[in-house]
Amino acid sequence: MNELTTASLESGVPAPAMPALEDGAGESVAMRVRDACVFYGDKQALFDISIDINACSVTSLIGPSGCGKSTFLRCLNRMNDTIEGARVTGEFLLGGRDIYDPGLDVVELRARVGMVFQKPNPFPKSIFENVAYGPRIHGIARSRADLEEVVVGSLVKAGLFEEVKDRLLEPGTGLSGGQQQRLCIARAIAVSPEVILMDEPCSALDPIATARIEELIDELRANYTIIIVTHSMQQAARVSQRTAFFHLGILVEEGETSHIFTNPDDERTQDYITGRFG
Amino acid sequence: MNGHIVKAFSEELATLGHKIAAMGGLAERELADAVTSIERRDLALAGRTVAADLEIDEAGRDIEAQAILMIARRQPVASDLREIIVAVKIATDLERVGDLAKNIARRAERIIENHPQRAMSGFVRMARAAMQQIKDVLDAYSSRDTQKALAVWRADEEIDSIYNSLFRELLTYMMEDPRNIGSCTHLLFGAKNIERIGDHATNIAENIYYLVEGEPLSESRLRLDDTETGRPARPVDADRSA
Repeated sequence: MNELTTASLESGVPAPAMPALEDGAGESVAMRVRDACVFYGDKQALFDISIDINACSVTSLIGPSGCGKSTFLRCLNRMNDTIEGARVTGEFLLGGRDIYDPGLDVVELRARVGMVFQKPNPFPKSIFENVAYGPRIHGIARSRADLEEVVVGSLVKAGLFEEVKDRLLEPGTGLSGGQQQRLCIARAIAVSPEVILMDEPCSALDPIATARIEELIDELRANYTIIIVTHSMQQAARVSQRTAFFHLGILVEEGETSHIFTNPDDERTQDYITGRFG
Repeated sequence: MNGHIVKAFSEELATLGHKIAAMGGLAERELADAVTSIERRDLALAGRTVAADLEIDEAGRDIEAQAILMIARRQPVASDLREIIVAVKIATDLERVGDLAKNIARRAERIIENHPQRAMSGFVRMARAAMQQIKDVLDAYSSRDTQKALAVWRADEEIDSIYNSLFRELLTYMMEDPRNIGSCTHLLFGAKNIERIGDHATNIAENIYYLVEGEPLSESRLRLDDTETGRPARPVDADRSA
């Protein structure tokens, strides 16, 4: 495996399918959500959320704890299905198809909409196996050589290959926190997702590891649509092209990050980003 | 608007505002003293005015240092960021106002030694208009009043027109009697300094507008405002005369 060069492996991961949606301004839209509501039992957590997520760009979701931003993120790959008593209504289109369509394969959906969590959660397996797991169960790689291509290509894209190329068979859990998070990102992109959801991916990392992830996010947006939940407003301002502010289960304001952080339209947004309530 | 959760941040912003107000007061006084020294032929006052400019420079440096520290420590965004950036820009304008007033005071001796008394009235009228502009724009800053700032922006035209007529008047005196050339030239430079002070007042007015509204003062906004008040807009006039 070590003699494999990165150049020969770039083609290992097929390009993601082009989304079929467009917004009014001609921007290509990866996901379109209309009138989304989420209920946990009797309690409503999200109220009529409508938003277009631009393709190949970074959208950050910000807001105080309990505002519904993580709940919303989890709707986008049906992670809420696993929570008992959770009920989701509204329309969630991925490339023109409703992801809550009963005929849709949820496992396939989660390959198209990957997820990276707050705490890095590598499997207790080797670095190689962590990345190979998805392509193997999704039948993406036909041969061992194919699989190696996908694994190394994903590690390269996640900016981790150079650091781990000599120890691919060592356990993923032996890596530093920042490396583990990039391993999780490599694992997510190994199955060629269109969208990557990130739920506070840097909150457990030091500033240097955070900067590496942010640099990676900026590189990945050339090929992937990224939606990131973050508590760090500076991070949202740094990495995203669009920002959505949630408060009390409502999408208060959504727009270009440059606008939201310089002159937001809504006073609640202004108060939140300037640290006047939280 | 609510105060910051971190109270020290709100206090720092308030302090910054107070420092701008204090620096504005110094600039106002320096300009008034410079004009008075010429009007009353008071060379001692002119000397004190030149010396007082150091105080304004020091106030400007203090505001800049505080702003840099706040940006480094608080990472301000949105209205907070505008507060700090605008404070720095206003401090720069006020510092220039001080410099220009100092230049006027420096010329006092040459102006008062032999100028035609008739020429003084236009100069004083122009200086009073500029002082009023500085006072109004500082009030607009304290009260975050965009209408008042826009009024200052528009009134600059009056200073420009007094300057143009004073220029013609001084030319006449110089042609009448070449002995007037020295003092009239110095008076003309002084008038030019006042005209520049008016420009700094309009800069400050534009920054107040940006501070409050979050977007730069645009010509379309001025047009809109003029339609509301039934006054012809300056940019339209400029188009016509072109």
